[in-house]
Amino acid sequence: MRKPRGSAILGAATAAIVALATLRPASAPAQVFNPETFTLANGMQVVVVTNRRSPIVAHMVWYKVGAADEKHGRSGIAHFLEHLMFKATKSLSSGEFSRIVAREGGRENAFTSFDYTGYFQNVERSRLETVMRLEADRMSNLLLTDAAVDPERDVILEERRSSIDNRPGARLREQMGAATFLNHPYGRPVIGWMHEMRALTRADAEEWYATYYAPNNAVLIVAGDIDAAELKPLAEKYYGVIPPKPLPPRLRPQEPPPQAARRVQLKDRQVSQPWLGRSYLAPSYRGGETRHAYALQVLAEILGGGTQSRLYREVVLDKNVATSADASYSAFALDMTTFDVSATPRSGVELPALEAAIDATIARLLEVGVSEQEVEDAKARMRASAVFARDSLQGGARIIGIALTTGVGVADVEAWPQRIAQVTVAQVMEAARAVLRAERSVTGELLPDPPS
Amino acid sequence: MPTFTILRVATVILLLATPAAAKQVERVVSPGGIEAWLVRDATIPLIAVEFSFRGGAALDPAGKSGLAEFTADMMTEGAGDLDSRAFQAELENRSIRLDFDAGLDTFQGRIKALNEHRERAADMLRLALTRPRFDPDDLERVRARRIAAVVAARNNPNNIARRTWWETAFPDHPYGRDTRGSEESLKSIAADDLRAFVRSRLARDNLYIGVVGDITSDELGRLLDRAFDGLPPRAVNSEASQIAPQGAGRLIVKRLGVPQSVIYFGQPGLKRDDPDYYAALVVNYVLGGGGFTSRLTNEVREKRGLAYGVFSALVPLDNAAAVIGSTATQNARAAQSLEIVRAVWREFGAEGPTQEELDGAKRHLTGSFALGLDTTNQIARTLVGMQYEKLGIDYLEQRNRYIDGVTLTDAKRVARRLYDETKLLVVVVGEPEGLASREPAEGTKGGG
Repeated sequence: MRKPRGSAILGAATAAIVALATLRPASAPAQVFNPETFTLANGMQVVVVTNRRSPIVAHMVWYKVGAADEKHGRSGIAHFLEHLMFKATKSLSSGEFSRIVAREGGRENAFTSFDYTGYFQNVERSRLETVMRLEADRMSNLLLTDAAVDPERDVILEERRSSIDNRPGARLREQMGAATFLNHPYGRPVIGWMHEMRALTRADAEEWYATYYAPNNAVLIVAGDIDAAELKPLAEKYYGVIPPKPLPPRLRPQEPPPQAARRVQLKDRQVSQPWLGRSYLAPSYRGGETRHAYALQVLAEILGGGTQSRLYREVVLDKNVATSADASYSAFALDMTTFDVSATPRSGVELPALEAAIDATIARLLEVGVSEQEVEDAKARMRASAVFARDSLQGGARIIGIALTTGVGVADVEAWPQRIAQVTVAQVMEAARAVLRAERSVTGELLPDPPS
Repeated sequence: MPTFTILRVATVILLLATPAAAKQVERVVSPGGIEAWLVRDATIPLIAVEFSFRGGAALDPAGKSGLAEFTADMMTEGAGDLDSRAFQAELENRSIRLDFDAGLDTFQGRIKALNEHRERAADMLRLALTRPRFDPDDLERVRARRIAAVVAARNNPNNIARRTWWETAFPDHPYGRDTRGSEESLKSIAADDLRAFVRSRLARDNLYIGVVGDITSDELGRLLDRAFDGLPPRAVNSEASQIAPQGAGRLIVKRLGVPQSVIYFGQPGLKRDDPDYYAALVVNYVLGGGGFTSRLTNEVREKRGLAYGVFSALVPLDNAAAVIGSTATQNARAAQSLEIVRAVWREFGAEGPTQEELDGAKRHLTGSFALGLDTTNQIARTLVGMQYEKLGIDYLEQRNRYIDGVTLTDAKRVARRLYDETKLLVVVVGEPEGLASREPAEGTKGGG
């Protein structure tokens, strides 16, 4: 993230995961967001999600590039460039972009994940043209100087300290990611490793910008009090005039078949409350055995999606060994992703006992299976969440942005309800057996040192 | 279902600045006399209800801090004939979102439900408000979860800094206590404490309701009675005492083995009903409320790369007022960060904003007002706040005029009144090089 929101300073990776976790378009019949789409002559995709509640719009530009596209040894450059995009251009001085947006009553930010980098401004609709002019300007006219780059490098180092180094739980999750992906760049933190971040140069940033920032590598999404007919002339005027560039293919080193269960343990004086996490290497919409992607979403809801889930009922309520237990899975990723389980032990319960309880719940699910009723209830809850997702200005824009930058089309987002509705008990079980396997797993333990 | 006659005491129609921004705020009073402010919105087939009771965690009895938040968590753990599992199954399987939480001054909750489930949602809320079960197993489970959260925060530098500041600024006052409670206080809370809380604090005379949805005022009137008319007429009258923040001029350094020091600072502020409130909002935006464009961000982050974030914020409470801020910097440079914050604070207190800064702040604050009215819940919460703070049903229309009315003379006067660097109480948590606790210099001791 370009800047913290309130007091909750989230790491880039965490922010991305948080965003994904709330994206649950669901299954009313027909459509979810009813977007309109068109493509400019230079290849830039445009999506409009109309919402006439208030005279405001969310204007977003998403680039199809993220931390997983970085060269080995240059971790953090995608996120660093995101920060530097607020510096000078050929016509604006450093920081002027933000001063203009602020003066126009806008709120802005930016975010970086493994597969995408995004920028947005929320403004009153009469100010849309102004922010389009600014965003189009920095797509091709960024002008970096050492005077701007050097203090900003210190800013991202402080961001890393705030979001990861000062937090043992975040340090453990970073290690779990590294242990999960042996060969794929998803194993690196989005924000970068500290020693590599320190070494990032202006030349690295300029090369990144020159390679990836182009209209044919970007998606424009505008949500709110506007429709495609109103937007199109503006999009052509500001973005349509920027020439496209040849783009490198997004080919990342892939994971070998996993062979062995892994375990990472972080013991630290700063830890006062133990925690247990487990990640299973899993397919996504685009990576691995993609046919499991919808069934895995239903599985996550059944296993750990709330108070009706298996983990909550068995581990928290019946066995009484945890104060919370969850499962989560997002299918949006260009390559493989993870299916995650986590739990906080109740006071006096050791992590091995908690882990045994979680393993027993998973084993029982695999042996006995899930019921028709469980699947139907889970799907009904997921369907309703699609309606709630439409409530906020950015709700649909965010989901569509993540989809289009991870190789999923707008039609697939709109078809999500039907796809989820079609998931069967047999498919859920097939997906569970394929993914919930020891050799695909990394188990993380967060422990006090010395033990309390 | 008996027939009701809806008494609509007043329907006031208001418009925001531009016609397209029109938000009609209706005052609806149910047949049973429950009042709510309503914005009708058919964008999405759902209803959002936000409600708030005056009186929050600051009224937790001594030794039982954490009671209000504990009660909030227990409100959805079963009610009437529905035990915890049955109650939560009913909510989840109808996708009714019902939850409660507590602040220092208020106890609040919200419902969000699809239109087809809104009557059932009202019934569930009524059950929770009037017949919560507080069964022993659920009580112990929620207690364990709340204790785990308190324990998890124990060595978190942000938490230590915030807690130390509030304990020092409000000694021997409920505002100085952790609203989550302590391990010890949470262990001492019994089901009877929760029952007493519900009985004495959740009533009709301290209740404020905001609603957004595709619903007529007649329909809402029936829904309000269905949800709220089982509440007793009056809450037991109680209020925390007024207090001014203490600790002016102190620097407290707490050692913790983390690479980055967290700095938390603040001093006396001004209250929501202060005539200078809107001027304070504007000047604080210039100092540290305005994201990238604030003076603090410019000096600490943009020019020197000393922090990822730095901010200042007004904290107007019912019985106290403060202006607080925070930043975080690697241990080796934390002292420099604090020095810059102090210098900016001192200069801004003396000079106030420039005309250009004032104009920019006013343009931002007026132009962005509609952005805060994005989701149904945000709008409903604003309607609650308007009633709670007695801002008037025309507040959405008037608010930008209050901002626009702030002159440069006002702004400079209020900056001088508000920001006094010698009064800052500062807490630093980490291993900051070159910083050690110190008492205030002579002449600045005492409260604000």
